[in-house]
Amino acid sequence: MANGSSRVLRGAGFTSSKHRESAADGTCRVLQRSELIGGGKRTLAVSVKSVSKGHSFREDLAVMAVRGVNWMSRATGRGAGTVAGGRVGLWIDPDLLAKLARGRTIVLVSGTNGKTTTTALCAAGWGGDVATNVTGSNMPPGHVAALVGSTSERVVLEADEAWLANVVRATSPRVVVLLNLSRDQLDRASEVRQMAERWHQCLAAPENAQLVVVANANDPLVAYAATASSNVRWCDVATSWMADARSCPRCTLPLEHSDNDWHCSCGFAKPSTLAATLDGVLHVGSEQAELDLSIPGDFNRGNAALAATALAELGVGLGGAVARMNTLSGVAGRFTLRRWGRHTLRLLLAKNPAGFDALLSTVDQGDSDVWVAINAQIADGRDPSWLYDVAFERLRGHRVWCLGERRLDLATRLDYADVDYEIVDDVTSLPVSAAPVEMLANYTAFSEWMARTTAC
Amino acid sequence: MDGEDDGVLRVVVLFPELLGTYGDAGNGLVLAQRARRRGTECELVSVGLHDPLPDADIYLLGGGEDGPQRLACDLLARSSFAERIGDGVHVVAVCAGLQLLGHSFCVEGDDEYAGLGVVDVVTRRGTTRSVGEMAVDVDGRLLVGFENHGGRTTLGAGVPPLGKMVHGRGNDGAVDGFRTGSIWATYAHGPVLAMNPWFCDEVLSSVLGRTLEPLHGAADLLYAQRCAVLSPRSRA
Ligand SMILES: [Zn+2]
Repeated sequence: MANGSSRVLRGAGFTSSKHRESAADGTCRVLQRSELIGGGKRTLAVSVKSVSKGHSFREDLAVMAVRGVNWMSRATGRGAGTVAGGRVGLWIDPDLLAKLARGRTIVLVSGTNGKTTTTALCAAGWGGDVATNVTGSNMPPGHVAALVGSTSERVVLEADEAWLANVVRATSPRVVVLLNLSRDQLDRASEVRQMAERWHQCLAAPENAQLVVVANANDPLVAYAATASSNVRWCDVATSWMADARSCPRCTLPLEHSDNDWHCSCGFAKPSTLAATLDGVLHVGSEQAELDLSIPGDFNRGNAALAATALAELGVGLGGAVARMNTLSGVAGRFTLRRWGRHTLRLLLAKNPAGFDALLSTVDQGDSDVWVAINAQIADGRDPSWLYDVAFERLRGHRVWCLGERRLDLATRLDYADVDYEIVDDVTSLPVSAAPVEMLANYTAFSEWMARTTAC
Repeated sequence: MDGEDDGVLRVVVLFPELLGTYGDAGNGLVLAQRARRRGTECELVSVGLHDPLPDADIYLLGGGEDGPQRLACDLLARSSFAERIGDGVHVVAVCAGLQLLGHSFCVEGDDEYAGLGVVDVVTRRGTTRSVGEMAVDVDGRLLVGFENHGGRTTLGAGVPPLGKMVHGRGNDGAVDGFRTGSIWATYAHGPVLAMNPWFCDEVLSSVLGRTLEPLHGAADLLYAQRCAVLSPRSRA
């Protein structure tokens, strides 16, 4: 049964029932064998069959394939080489992720916003050689690629929200960091409350009783998911986006919110036993340290607090971890200055209302020109309705240049927000400004501008 | 205007915390802004979960997930909302908001949850979810938007639809929403009034009881672009 299709899914933690459930919401199409390698299905299937007797040989072959495909993908310029190789590896050995994870200390990071940055903060704070999927390929092929790329015992992986349960099952992490849950690409993802329920069920599973959950106590949906675990380290970090947690995740009655607190009449409330707090100073357990991050934003201070709490769980001293996190200046092109012709811009990724909300609170304080690029490709979500969930009113007083395929949707939103806007049909007509431009872009628009710009 | 006769247009967004999954609160903003830009003083009010139902010239209902939809329906059932509709107050209802005006709708765990029953409409569970851009022919004009729902809505004999489907599913693949004396309902969720300036002005004109001078802005460009993408001619 080496080639049996039922094994394909089970190996990396995909049971066949999960397979159906995942595929139904469209978020996480499980990879079929034929998709994994495109047209080469038959040839490879035969060659695998002939060598499938020894398990370790299969694993070795899979690892070699990951390296080979990733090398080719980079060499031919067809991709960053993190997903293609991982797919082929999982096709050859469905257990590859579990095998690669064995014997390592693994931290998983998940949530709607801040996964990539928190993963980078966690890796930086840990120090030394850390295996991580920094490019944001946050599904199993990306995890496989990260673990093939580094043999380090220390591993931090960001995991797509919808894939978290699968990745937990495959990798048996020591710590899972849960950042936040909010509306994101509702045309293709599950509704946000369903996501909280799926996390809850994952953490309630007896086989996950040992893992430590580091969770944001201020996000009721995260709290609901994490209360399924008896091993939670609650972090009290500022969370400005509450629009998705107005009704109780446990009973749907209205949640009462007050300053830095929330509770429901059913008894569900913000956890009171806190492992970490962040006011001016970060307290984790009995230690404290001064957070002085090089990357901007209160939301990133919160991300750092969660990362430090996870590291404390692994015995990493707070002072050293924070000192190392403070030096991190950019994450996969985000937050750092980029050059494009005579323009200098700071490229900021915001994929959904909560992400925009967090970034606008830093952008609106300066007086820079603001460029906003909005696309509505499948990876962005096809429906730009969410623009009305973003408080663009904060940009009054700024002039905003509207870019991207859905620049007219954005311009209409800004028009009704009484914000000055300019519709940019031709990007070469953008005026050069003396100060660096703040550029906010959603997912595919961000990728376009990453490709168009170079590091300063 | 039906509300207090002080010359101020009162636009009330009902429970945006529950029925605002797809930027639906944007409809209130757009309605208010298009009134203000015609010189009408306007008050835009959001009703929270614990607030009493305020007086209004027009109420707006948005879309939401199952639990919040059920809660919003219960809160409205305990309020004077149905009476006010009986008195002829204007309502624009979208998606979940459309469903809860009817006799019943389906939510997780309940295939026949009692709605407000102010319109002779029933919503059952469809076999598939409808997700995508939609276009509706409303008396010869195109209404464009985005739908994302799993309901199949059946209109009672005396309830006319808002329009005929050109693209997408709407109520049942043939027609979208409904239109009674003072209620407009559609499956085009989110900022349908932003996407369709003519539709917003039709509603506004009815509420204000006068014809409106034209207003030009980015919304006209957006509407023309979506029509070009979704009109029957360009899709043929
Ligand atoms: Zn409750």
